[in-house]
Amino acid sequence: MTEIFGVPVQALFGQLMLGLVNGSFYAVLSLGLAVIFGMLNIINFAHGALYMVGAMLTWVGLEYLGIGYWWMLVLAPLCVGLVGIAIERLMLQWLYKLDHLYGLLLTFGLALMIEGLFRDLYGVAGQPYSIPEELSGAFNLGFMFLPKYRAWIIVASLSVCLLTWYMIEKTRLGAYLRAATENPRLTQAFGINVPLMVMLTYGFGVGLAGFAGVLAAPASQISPLMGSNLIIVVFAVVVIGGMGSILGSVLTGLALGIIEGMTKVFWPEASATVVFMIMAVVLMIRPAGLFGREK
Amino acid sequence: MSRRVTIAYLVGLGLLLLAPAFIYPILVMKVLCFALFACAFNLLLGYTGLLSFGHAVFLGTAAYVTGHALKVWELPTLLGLAAGTLAATGLGWVIGSLAIRRQGIYFAMVTLALAQMVFFLFLQAPFTGGEDGLQGVPRGTLFGFDLADDMNLYYLVVAIFAGSFWLIQRAIHSPFGQILKAIRENEPRAISLGYDVAKYKLLAFVLSAGLAGLAGATKTLVFKFATLTDAHWHTSGEVVLMTLLGGMGTVFGPLVGATVIVTLQNELADKVGSLVTVIMGAIFVICVLAFRRGIVGESLALYKRMIGQKV
Repeated sequence: MTEIFGVPVQALFGQLMLGLVNGSFYAVLSLGLAVIFGMLNIINFAHGALYMVGAMLTWVGLEYLGIGYWWMLVLAPLCVGLVGIAIERLMLQWLYKLDHLYGLLLTFGLALMIEGLFRDLYGVAGQPYSIPEELSGAFNLGFMFLPKYRAWIIVASLSVCLLTWYMIEKTRLGAYLRAATENPRLTQAFGINVPLMVMLTYGFGVGLAGFAGVLAAPASQISPLMGSNLIIVVFAVVVIGGMGSILGSVLTGLALGIIEGMTKVFWPEASATVVFMIMAVVLMIRPAGLFGREK
Repeated sequence: MSRRVTIAYLVGLGLLLLAPAFIYPILVMKVLCFALFACAFNLLLGYTGLLSFGHAVFLGTAAYVTGHALKVWELPTLLGLAAGTLAATGLGWVIGSLAIRRQGIYFAMVTLALAQMVFFLFLQAPFTGGEDGLQGVPRGTLFGFDLADDMNLYYLVVAIFAGSFWLIQRAIHSPFGQILKAIRENEPRAISLGYDVAKYKLLAFVLSAGLAGLAGATKTLVFKFATLTDAHWHTSGEVVLMTLLGGMGTVFGPLVGATVIVTLQNELADKVGSLVTVIMGAIFVICVLAFRRGIVGESLALYKRMIGQKV
């Protein structure tokens, strides 16, 4: 078998794919964080917990209600989005006039509550979820086997990211949104319902997290703890990329996923910490983040 | 210290010395360790306005280093405590100098991420014992007193807490503390007045990390072990909660918050199982929505309203 730097090609491309898959999750999650941050000026600590809820709902849907993967791919993000809207209306909206740190603290509390609740209901053991029939099996690319489901994760996440980008940058609704981000008062004066947009933005942002959760369900063990460790890495991704640009956060997410995957091949011990190390280096040379603007 | 605070301090100290007659001393020592941790954290959040979301890493680092120094190197107890505190101070300098490059919520995310990195290092490093933790740490002796006796250790822990508490008060009321408050209230203005804000923030961070480390080192001595829980982000969240619940930026708030949370966890642990996290989360949410001044802050406001002062 051919080797590159002493590593079999098969293993190298396998890890590259895995890195891309992880990168896709980073991209979707950091995109959601960036969208929410742009509009609400809040870092949504509950993002990881809501991602977990998306995955758990997918499992619960099949296990108890017999609803399959494809339906849940639509239903779970909608449910998570509705939960988000409820959170925004009931709690977050009272905090906009205060220091932004309170938003972080509130969503941290919510994350603890959601995670604890699911732990109490389902325990910490992972639940298996089988890959839907249409996506099981693998493509033979000649130099490697590409599992269909992994390809699907990458395609689906990137499509969603692209769609979000298109919606925000190219449509009328997106123009309102950007206007409201830039200057909420003036936008409101033009007759646009800014509080409604804020509410929908939060719902949409966490809906993205729910979507990522459904994608993750067949690819990993579904457990109440799956979101909390992931979200800290995503925070580091967000610090590295800066939250100024949508495409920037998507690219940073993908790139870091790949770097992490490659680290697993060449220096396995560092694979858990490599993203944080990159963050430290970026903070030293470009504190505002790669795509960020200093406010 | 103002006269009222001095009186409260002395009364509290008296109560602490009497407490073991009524309450299990290990529990009081646990409360004191977390209270010191929260006081150190309050120096940063309450008085400088910096929210560090990775403070558990200083507690954990000191816990491991002290444990290792006492168990493997067989250092005397005081040197072991000093080693842990120094390690946390050094780590505080490294993490602090990186984190103060960003502000606000970015600062919180950076500290959280760096703390998580150190957590993973602890998970893999051989000297921490991984998931099992570092167990069987000897307490040693001090001035001929055997610290294996809980009561001897108790007075040492009270002395450490009282000393650190006094130190924090001195820091807050010194010119240094006034500048920290100025930074909290209006950073651009502090810069325009000619203060090297980055230097002051870093100093506050290092001081806070060192004292958090002292809390962790003492905790190892009390429980005779150090585990990964000490360095986990859950613990970082807990110290935020203690400070928030007691009252950020108040002198006694963190002490009250730590007492309530530790007691609550102690009472609830075997009754509700994993619902403890839900309760902690709910307290967080309620504090942020309706109770932002915390127990001490709200009580003070109420008292001032009663005697007719404007709040």
